[in-house]
Amino acid sequence: MSLIVGMSILLGCQFLGEVIGRAFALPIPGPVLGMVILLLGLLVRGSVPAGLRSMGEGLLKYLTLLFVPAGVGLIEHFDLIGREFAILIVTLVASSAITLLVTSQTLKLFARRHHDNETPR
Amino acid sequence: MNDLGLGDVWVYLSASPLLHLLATLVAFLIALRINRLAGGSPVLHPVIVAIALLIGFLTLTKTDYPTYFAGAQFLHFLLGPATVALAIPLYDHRERVRRMLVPIMVGTLTGVTTAIVSAVGIALALGAGRQTALTLAPKSVTSPIAMGIAEKIGGIPSLAAGLVLLTGVIGCILAPWIFRWTRITDPTIRGYTLGLSAHGFGTAHAFANYGAVAGAFSGLAMGLSGLVTAFLLPPVVHLLGL
Repeated sequence: MSLIVGMSILLGCQFLGEVIGRAFALPIPGPVLGMVILLLGLLVRGSVPAGLRSMGEGLLKYLTLLFVPAGVGLIEHFDLIGREFAILIVTLVASSAITLLVTSQTLKLFARRHHDNETPR
Repeated sequence: MNDLGLGDVWVYLSASPLLHLLATLVAFLIALRINRLAGGSPVLHPVIVAIALLIGFLTLTKTDYPTYFAGAQFLHFLLGPATVALAIPLYDHRERVRRMLVPIMVGTLTGVTTAIVSAVGIALALGAGRQTALTLAPKSVTSPIAMGIAEKIGGIPSLAAGLVLLTGVIGCILAPWIFRWTRITDPTIRGYTLGLSAHGFGTAHAFANYGAVAGAFSGLAMGLSGLVTAFLLPPVVHLLGL
């Protein structure tokens, strides 16, 4: 019963997200808007309903399984992948390294500054 | 049973969604077992192994992707509500977010912009086509969000999903090396960086290797960076003139 409530809340938020996204021609995916709607709802309510928590955490626990059907879709792009294989791999490796480096250094810098501002008192 | 009988059974099974839904679940179970035998190595990530097994299966049985997807779509559909559910860990960590608001905001904006610009820039510099570059742009965010974005900006959603998975694996291999080299030891920074650069794969890696706090921060980074990317990517792509 409570799982049905949880699933209804999740699908309801996604539905609202799709409707709002389409109505205002937003470039943001419906489920992402649904996530914002749910977050606002939870902040207003001040707690997570039990059914929503068990349904949501169950889905997130098996999130990796849900990627598989789309990933198998790579089979349709073997031509493009074969043609641009080197470009794809070099881009992914180089861009990941740069992102890891820049993000961790930025966080380190600002976390320290933030910390320094708070501790002297 | 004679050949004709088996053939009939195959014709029936391959046309019903049952077979490929079951195949996906079984492939994932086998992949989990293989990954455990390999000591949880990110190179043999269960998702990658499961996809390889299924591509092998489809090639052997000469099944096309739309036929496979007719069965697997029931799992795929759940990505929508799962994305919405990311609001729950975000809500759980609202206090931590409030406390670390400035570093998190700056880090997320800088990290997301770096991820997008470096992916598109490097791909274009190497001579990639427009569509390939656009498909690479959302590679660091969790695949349901990345697929939605790729579709919106003119990339290829299913290729985007595959590239996102590869990014996850690459991020988990590179991160420990980069953290050691630049002396990043704070678990919150390690977790947040992993979640931003390598989405769900990074989060799983952070939980397993750097502890619960790192994992929580990583999950937070995955949700926030997905959100920020969805808002930021279309205008950035526009600015880059694509």
